[in-house]
Parts: sequence; C-alpha cells; structure tokens
Amino acid sequence: MRRFLGYIGAVLALLAGWWLLAVAVGSPALPGPAPAISDFVRLWWSDLFPQLLHSAWRVVASMTMGALLGAPIGLLIGRSPRLDSVAAPMVFLTYPIPKIVFLPVLLVLLGIGNAPKIALITLIVFFQILVTARDAARGIPAASLLSVRSLGATRTQVFRHVVFPAALPDIFTALRISTGTAIAVLFFSESVAGTSGLGYYILDAWGRIAYSQMFAGIIAMALLGVVLYEILEMAEARVCRWTRVGR
Amino acid sequence: MATVEARAIDVVYEGVDRPVRALEACSLTVADGEPVAIIGPSGCGKSTLLLAMAGLVSPTGGEALIAGEAVRGPRLRTALILQDFGLLPWKTVFHNAALGLEVRGVSLPQRTERVEAALTRVGLADFRDAYPGELSGGMRQRLALARALALDADLLLMDEPLSALDALTREDLQGLLLDIWRQRQHTAVLVTHSIEEAVFLGRRVVVLSPRPGRVAAIVDNPEMGAEGYRSTPAFYERCNELRGLLAAEGAFDQDPHVGGESS
Repeated sequence: MRRFLGYIGAVLALLAGWWLLAVAVGSPALPGPAPAISDFVRLWWSDLFPQLLHSAWRVVASMTMGALLGAPIGLLIGRSPRLDSVAAPMVFLTYPIPKIVFLPVLLVLLGIGNAPKIALITLIVFFQILVTARDAARGIPAASLLSVRSLGATRTQVFRHVVFPAALPDIFTALRISTGTAIAVLFFSESVAGTSGLGYYILDAWGRIAYSQMFAGIIAMALLGVVLYEILEMAEARVCRWTRVGR
Repeated sequence: MATVEARAIDVVYEGVDRPVRALEACSLTVADGEPVAIIGPSGCGKSTLLLAMAGLVSPTGGEALIAGEAVRGPRLRTALILQDFGLLPWKTVFHNAALGLEVRGVSLPQRTERVEAALTRVGLADFRDAYPGELSGGMRQRLALARALALDADLLLMDEPLSALDALTREDLQGLLLDIWRQRQHTAVLVTHSIEEAVFLGRRVVVLSPRPGRVAAIVDNPEMGAEGYRSTPAFYERCNELRGLLAAEGAFDQDPHVGGESS
C-alpha cells in the first residue's frame, strides 16, 4: 500500500514537471500531459495495447532466454578456474562491444520480424547476466563450500545447494538493471525495422506529426518497463526471502 | 567404531610466494568414543589437521585413518563443525539441519523425523522455519550442532566452534557439547584457542608446536566430564599446566598480526 502511494506521488511529481517543461518550451513537439493522456486513454484498446503485447513478448522472451543461458554458463565459468582461463578473455574481449551494432547483420540474416529483435536483446542480456553470475560465483565464501563438501556433496549438489542460491540475488539485480537496457534496445530495433511494437508506433506517430499520440506511445513504453521491473522485484522477494529477514 | 589415527601427516600447500609447511610428521591417535582437544599457537596447523581428518585436505605425506580405513574424502558419519558454523543463509533452520541427510539421499520422512529430534535436542524446535539471519550467534551454533546430530555422526570434528560467541553463550554451549557427548559417547576432536575449553571438553589435550605443526605434548585429563569439574582446583591446575606448555611453544610471544591462523 505504501509502495502504491509512493508510485502515485512519483507520477504526480513527474506530470507536474512535464507540464512545466511543456509550458516553458511551448513547442508542438512537446505537448503537455493532458493531450497525451487523453490520447493514451482513447487509443489504449485499439492501438496501444496490441503494440504493447508485441513489445512485451519480445522483451520477455529475450530476457528469459538471456538469463537462462547467461546464468548457468556464468556460474560454471566462475566456479571452474580451467574454464575461466579460456572463457574469461573471450568475455572481456566481447563484452565491451556494443552488441547493438550487429542489428543490421541480424536484420539481413533473420528478416525484419521478431527474430532479429529477440536475438539482439537476448545477446545483450546474456552478457550482462553472464558477467554478474561469474563474479557472484567467484565470490562465494570458502566456508559455505567447505561445510557442504564436508557433508559429502557432489559437484552438482554443491551447485544446487550453494552456488546457485548464493548467486541468485546478484542475478536478480542484474536482471532488473538490464530491463532498462533491454527496453532501450527494443525501442531502437523496433523503430529501425518492422511494422509492429511500441517503438514502431512512436516513430510512426512522429512521422505523422501526431505528437500527442507519440507521447501516448512513450507512456505505454514506460509502463512496460515499470511492470517488468516490478514483476522482477516481486519474484526476487519471493525466491530470495532470506535476504529480507533479520534486518 | 570411529578411532581416528593420524600417521605422520605432512601437509604443504602453495602460499602466496612460497610453499607453506602446515604440518610435519604429525601423528595422533584418538580412541573410539574419546573426546580430544587440540590446542596450539596461532597458525600451527590445527585446522589443517582437522581438515585432513575430514577428508577435505589431502596430506602430502603420511595418512589419516578413521575406523582403520584411510581417509580419501568426506566420510558418511563424520560431521565437521566450523568456526563460522557453515550454515547456508538461504536455507531455513530445518533445511540447514537436514542438509547432510539430503546430500546423502535419506528419504524425506526419515529426514524430517531425525531433524526434528535433533532440533528439539538443541532447543531450536520452535525455529524450524526461521532463516539463520534471524538467529543469534549461539542459536546458529546450536543449529550447526543439530546438523551433526541429525547425521547420527560417530565422529565430530570441530574447528573452534565457539570462538565467535560471547563468554556466557560460550559456556552455555560448552555445557551442551559435554551433555551431548556424555549421552552419545561419540569420538570428538575439538580444535580450540581456549585453554579452559580444551580442559573442559578434552579427555586428552594435545598441544601442537608452531608451524610446521607437530604434536609437542599430550596432557591427560581424566577428570573431564565430572560434575562441577570447572570449579575444582584440579581444573585450574590442568589449565596452568597447559599454559606452561603453550608458553614453552611460544604461543604467547608472537605478534598476532604476523602469520594468522591458517583456517
């Protein structure tokens, strides 16, 4: 409840700031909140919601794949010095490359549908989760491992009981941070190619000089980000309950 | 029958810039059901000896035998209790206590029964769904003990299990350790920094020399476990005897900031 009130307060503050800015700039390219929200409500079921579904599907699918691939590989690399000596240089070489530059390549190879967008976001999320999971696995206290190994745990059991749960909070943090990147990349890839998704809608409205509709699309995109972030936050609170006790 | 035998154990491990000799020809025999305390100057390899008995450190020379069999890895009925309790913060009290049984593939009904009995024994039955983060230091140590009890361990290896606790909790848990030993008659090897603890909980007290660790002296302590032993003159005499032996090993004249404990 308190959280909900917090959101209301933040939204009001943002709307006030937006309105002031719109008045100060006085350009049709920056309409005030009123026309944008009225368009948002008017176009929600006909235009915005269907586009939001396209976008949501792309970003959820790619974040899931990125996490499902990045987390286990990162944990394995982090716990195996041999694997790490091979994989770490590769990761450090490829991690700083802005993956977004591969969009043209992906468009040529995979067409302009869902596939190149999902592939690109997956690639970006994959690296962020991989690097975090690797570091988290390396930082696990020796005592935790020792006590479980002394019980006769196999390598798999050590992973299940120690490595995976120990790294889970860090993986969730990385996932929450990567929602921002994922949605930014989603916007870019949807606006460059294809005819669906909120990114396309925003750019299309811009092209039609329908600025209040463009802002309705921006609101929808922000909404997508907030919902994703909150879902991850709730999932973490549920799965990592121990991090919230005793403080 | 869990006799423990260390036969001329050498342990050398790679230090930062040169190999470190932790133990050299360290020999020790612990009879079945005997509680032995190991004490020695900081960094004398006490913990290493214990880890070799637990099968977590491979000796570079010599060998450790438990119940007549060479130790090659963790043994089913050996329980190791570490200084920081070895608890997993993401598991509840119940699951922490059940971890050993789960790892060893004991069925859930049997696990539940044994874990609940163990938690009751250490006084944690009401906390089975709490996380370690919600427990006090003393309760965490009780939980680590419950894990060992649930395993029905016949050999308890303890590496300074109480050193992180305040004095009152510490004495309370020393009493609990003694009670449990009197009841179960398991073999126990306790590594400790505390002379009083060693005399309270060890029927024999083994004094190790500074690194590389060897057995410097063994003090018999037959009164251990007697009612009210802690407040008898014999107890103080034994402590003083040990203090003298430790002083002779240089336990009191080293800079505590140089060469910390190798645990």
